[in-house]
Amino acid sequence: MSADPTQTLAFETSCHLFDGCGFPAPGLHSFLFKPLWGDADSNLYFNKTMLLALLGSIIIVGFFWAAFAKPKVVPGKLQLVAESGYDFIRRGVVYETIGKKEGEKYVPLVVSLFFFVWMMNLWSVIPVAQFPVTAIISYPAVLAGIVYILWVGLTFKRHGFVGAFKNFTGYDKSLGAVLPLSMTIELFSNLLVRPFTHAVRLFANMFAGHTLLLLFTIASWYMLNGIGIAYSAVSFVMVIVMTAFELFIQAVQAYVFVLLTCSFIQGALAEHH
Amino acid sequence: MSPLVQLAAEEAENPLIPPIPELVIGLIAFVIVFGFLAKKLLPNINKVLEERREAIEGGIEKAEAAQTEAQSVLEQYKAQLAEARHEAARLRQEAQEQGAALIAEMRAEGQRQREEIVAAGHTQIDADRKAAASALRQDVGKLATELAGKLVGESLEDHARQSRVIDRFLDELEEKAEATR
Repeated sequence: MSADPTQTLAFETSCHLFDGCGFPAPGLHSFLFKPLWGDADSNLYFNKTMLLALLGSIIIVGFFWAAFAKPKVVPGKLQLVAESGYDFIRRGVVYETIGKKEGEKYVPLVVSLFFFVWMMNLWSVIPVAQFPVTAIISYPAVLAGIVYILWVGLTFKRHGFVGAFKNFTGYDKSLGAVLPLSMTIELFSNLLVRPFTHAVRLFANMFAGHTLLLLFTIASWYMLNGIGIAYSAVSFVMVIVMTAFELFIQAVQAYVFVLLTCSFIQGALAEHH
Repeated sequence: MSPLVQLAAEEAENPLIPPIPELVIGLIAFVIVFGFLAKKLLPNINKVLEERREAIEGGIEKAEAAQTEAQSVLEQYKAQLAEARHEAARLRQEAQEQGAALIAEMRAEGQRQREEIVAAGHTQIDADRKAAASALRQDVGKLATELAGKLVGESLEDHARQSRVIDRFLDELEEKAEATR
């Protein structure tokens, strides 16, 4: 943890090339924030990521409130944009994977998940905030947890205890002698690895993206001295390129997150064969 | 901060172990979004999307209804037109027939009147001829008697005998005339 309480930026601002100080490389400390309120050692504190998370919620609700609170049959511009986003998730993701009949019930959850994750990712490139909330494992974990509880619950509800067990283990008599091994692997894969990878996939992408952005940003600043200015310029171009790339990855990861969610729900609802 | 201390601090903080307060705030933040979207905003927009779909389908249905109505009106109009044409043809035919009948009737009437007139003429002529004949007979009789009286020198007083002689003479004349014809 960044123990330096005076640190406000992710790196030392006075440190440049040829000044006799080493490159302040980004690292795990770049993902730790001193609390805005409370004590970091207790579990009672409030920090930047929490602020961004709540602010992001308010932005999403505000946006959809402005668009959908008084919807019109002939939509305005804002409603049209929101509608197309809603429609994209509803039809492009939920109906495509779960089907219209069974999927309709999960549309609100999946839409909320998508826009929540996307907003949390987007904080990465929004000036001043500039930190992807989902790069803190807690946020992806809680979302993956909700999805995990939902689909496991659904599996039991739909197939009963034995059916659910068969569903989790991919029970298939034709496998013969390999069946116990297959069942063990499947059980492990479905019930333990799946929620973990679901959360970590998002977390790691955002974590790596933020680290890359930090790396080039810090390098641009650090090399801004003497001959280093030429390298600094290259590094700055990389900041721009990586920012554009991150914008793409943020949307893709939000999409992947909800696509997996739907695929888990679909697997839970599907008849075992 | 020395690199070693920093390293030790980082090792203590595994980034894959989720801090509890962030979990709680994350849950709250998501529940806020989910609550608003699922309870109010998405049902709102779903209703409107449904209304829009119905409006579009309703418009299509209306257009279809209008088209079928137009079609039926057109057919009705065509049928009426055909009927009117038929009726006109029938009337024309009837008028022709009536005209022909009228002409024939008038012709027959003219004929009849002509015949009547001719017949009346004949009768008149007959009567006139008879009157003339009887008058002539008397005059001829009288003249002949006077002439005969002058020739004989005395009046032929015996009327009854006289008229019988004249009549016989005249009948003989008529028979001669008949024979010479």
